[in-house]
Amino acid sequence: MLVNLTINGQQVQAERDMTILQAARSIRIEIPTLCYDERLVAHGACRICVVEVKGARTLMPSCSTPVVEGMVIETHSPTVIEARKEILRLMIENHPLDCLTCEKSGNCILQDLCYEYDVKEGGFNGEKKDYPIDDSNPFFTYDPNKCILCGRCVRVDNELQCTGAINLIDRGFGTHVGVFYDRDFDSSVCVSCGNCVSVCPVGALMSKQPKKFRYWDTHKVTTTCSYCGVGCQMDLLVKDNKVVGVEPVNIEPNDGLLCVKGKYGYRFIDHPDRLKKPLIKKDGKFEEATWDEAMDLIVSKMKKIKEDYGPDAFGGFSSARCTNEENYLMQKLFRAVIGTNNIDHCARL
Amino acid sequence: MTNSIDEFLDADVVLIVGSNTTENHPVIGAKVRQAKNKGAKIIVVDPRKIDISADAEIHLQLKPGTNVAFANGMMNVILNKGLENKAFIEERMEDFEKLKKAVEKYTPEVVAEICEVDPEDIIKAAELYATAEKGSIIYCMGVTQHSMGTNNVMSMANLANLCGHMGRESTGVNPLRGQNNVQGACDMGALPTSYPAYQAVSNPEIAEKFGKAWGVESLSTVPGLTIVEMLNAVEKGDIKMLYIMGENPMVSDPDLNHVKHALESSDFLVVQDIFLTETAELADVVLPAASFAEKDGTFSNTERRVQRIRKAVDAPGEARPDWVILMEIMNRLGYDKKYNSAEEIFDELRTVTPSYAGITYDRIEKLGIQWPCPNEDHPGTKFLHSGKFARGKGLFVGMEYQESAEMPDEEYPLILTTGRLLYQYHTRSMSGRVEGLNKKAPESFIEIHPDTASSIGVIEGDMVKVASRRGSITVKARVSDIVDKNVVFIPFHFAEGAANKLTNAALDPKSKIPEYKVCAVQIEKSV
Repeated sequence: MLVNLTINGQQVQAERDMTILQAARSIRIEIPTLCYDERLVAHGACRICVVEVKGARTLMPSCSTPVVEGMVIETHSPTVIEARKEILRLMIENHPLDCLTCEKSGNCILQDLCYEYDVKEGGFNGEKKDYPIDDSNPFFTYDPNKCILCGRCVRVDNELQCTGAINLIDRGFGTHVGVFYDRDFDSSVCVSCGNCVSVCPVGALMSKQPKKFRYWDTHKVTTTCSYCGVGCQMDLLVKDNKVVGVEPVNIEPNDGLLCVKGKYGYRFIDHPDRLKKPLIKKDGKFEEATWDEAMDLIVSKMKKIKEDYGPDAFGGFSSARCTNEENYLMQKLFRAVIGTNNIDHCARL
Repeated sequence: MTNSIDEFLDADVVLIVGSNTTENHPVIGAKVRQAKNKGAKIIVVDPRKIDISADAEIHLQLKPGTNVAFANGMMNVILNKGLENKAFIEERMEDFEKLKKAVEKYTPEVVAEICEVDPEDIIKAAELYATAEKGSIIYCMGVTQHSMGTNNVMSMANLANLCGHMGRESTGVNPLRGQNNVQGACDMGALPTSYPAYQAVSNPEIAEKFGKAWGVESLSTVPGLTIVEMLNAVEKGDIKMLYIMGENPMVSDPDLNHVKHALESSDFLVVQDIFLTETAELADVVLPAASFAEKDGTFSNTERRVQRIRKAVDAPGEARPDWVILMEIMNRLGYDKKYNSAEEIFDELRTVTPSYAGITYDRIEKLGIQWPCPNEDHPGTKFLHSGKFARGKGLFVGMEYQESAEMPDEEYPLILTTGRLLYQYHTRSMSGRVEGLNKKAPESFIEIHPDTASSIGVIEGDMVKVASRRGSITVKARVSDIVDKNVVFIPFHFAEGAANKLTNAALDPKSKIPEYKVCAVQIEKSV
């Protein structure tokens, strides 16, 4: 069933179970969001997505308002813009304005929205939060002072990751995100998956980085995680030929989730222990060699062994860590070129 | 997996057997918990009180190695209560009478004795699973890594088919693959008995087909040896040269003292890897390979989804992608085929791999495709066995419980079972080089029940000497009732305190999988 609406003067047909936000996005009208996560039932916490609905008494949160036949909606009317500005002022009133040094800068939705709506300061002279920073977890830090209480981390933890490590604690001005008994992350049931970090729209939950970088200096390469068999899709953040971070991709099979190894287990890639040159053992010790030397040695040995003992004197261990293309080539090498079926990998191990 | 990962979300009963899902396949674990939050019931069958057992309606903490008895017990209850899916059995299955006969004697009481669980729990679990609208089984190495692993797997299939939990969305039997591309390595014929897509090497017609495709005159129709068998053959002198790509048997294989001896007795050992692993240390030549972030290609995940990997950074130094190295060796041995990219290899492999025939790099640019995908118009296959099985009718194969190859005795009174941890991965060649992961899981340990620990005067943190008939190690004690009194657990990741110095290389006669999950050990306080 379709319903007819008008958004910013444009006629739109939307599915009956859509929200105003979804209907607007379906015709590429962008409405800002902070707490919205398309995987979750919208809970309308941050109000930044409010829109004007003709005939309604108040502005309506577009993320959680269902479409109704004949609705007339303005997403960027002066009233809406003023309301968003006020929301942003309230948010940054109690948010450190240290964007110059904040690692999130360039990837912060609050920063982007303040830029878009020309909001520089709160101006209320209200009380400021003053919480200690929790850096107990080896992979990420938590700075409650930067939290805007959108609740995305809490909902992703409880409803998607289903670990239940974090929740909103206390009420009113003292409301903050924390773990059980308000202790530190490392002494909680947290499993370090970083799924809360991946959805934080501001710099409250931040991955620890051995070296600082700016988001605008990175580019993303989409790939498949190389640990277990789930095959999570993820973006590698690359800067200067180095992987500096990992973000989950919201697509099957992982739908925007990762585990600790996918999110943080990438630092082996540029580890100094990586093998960089072929090694040939001479008198029990490895010596660096050129590819030609190594290949010559291997191929001459292979020819000799095949001549002396036949193809079944070879055994190959292929790898569940390598690609399909490489496994295909490995078994082809053994079957078509060497001539044996002695080829296996660690499926059983 | 017969089904897709997202299908767990709509299951109403998930039966998890021998899979520490939330630690070893964490994102699937999260999805199973999402299903629970939507109302699904979880049954866990595992010798340890694993993380997800806290979410379970019923946790059958069975004795390691008794899966067949457990499954037969479930089926016995289901048949006695008339909960089997008669229409499904009638329409789709064969040898139902034989199955009935086979499980007849496995009453809940008999099974409770073998598995050391409460008979009431078996009855409850059987009722819950059988009466589910959509019952889905997850299993992992706790089912397969036994000397009767094949029988265990067939038992899972018997159970699912008996209830008609097969061939529909959110039902089925779902083994979780432990490595990123173990599915793909099998699909690609990195197996001694089959070419790509499980085409038998012993079939002369298949051999001829591949011979033509590869431009070689004849291909061997003699099945090859498995890894454990190859190591034995090296020791005997039948195999002279081993070429190991991206594997670390010196930590991952059973009975490590034997592995070491075998590798050392080879005439020539080539190891191709990204790090100088424990295995590479023993090599004559080590070749530096590119990691997953440094090359293009595809991995096939546990739900048969073929997905892209993409080069993001350059490989360090002179390291090269494995396919480039393999091609060079082929070329130097006189086989002239050149590939300019991973995609060119893929385009070749899909011509000889019917289940991949319809998959192209273009089609999986954004979202992977699940095989079978026979042609380019085919959308891929979300779940298997819809309507009928590959062989036509499904076959019930009644199984008898048999004991593990090595049972505890007076000298070695405890059962050792092994597994993985959330914060480490396989032999740690990757995860062991990530500081935070090492901080979370720094060293090997043994889980001991408090009563067992106090009987040998051990408290939390003491060092314990653990010995089997094959070797001994010393590891730190974690005293916890996560295990039963007669069971101990050691993670196998660590080369220092390596569980696989103790494990038994007894093989399942069909699958040739070693019995990692059960061997007999003795423990004493180390002074």
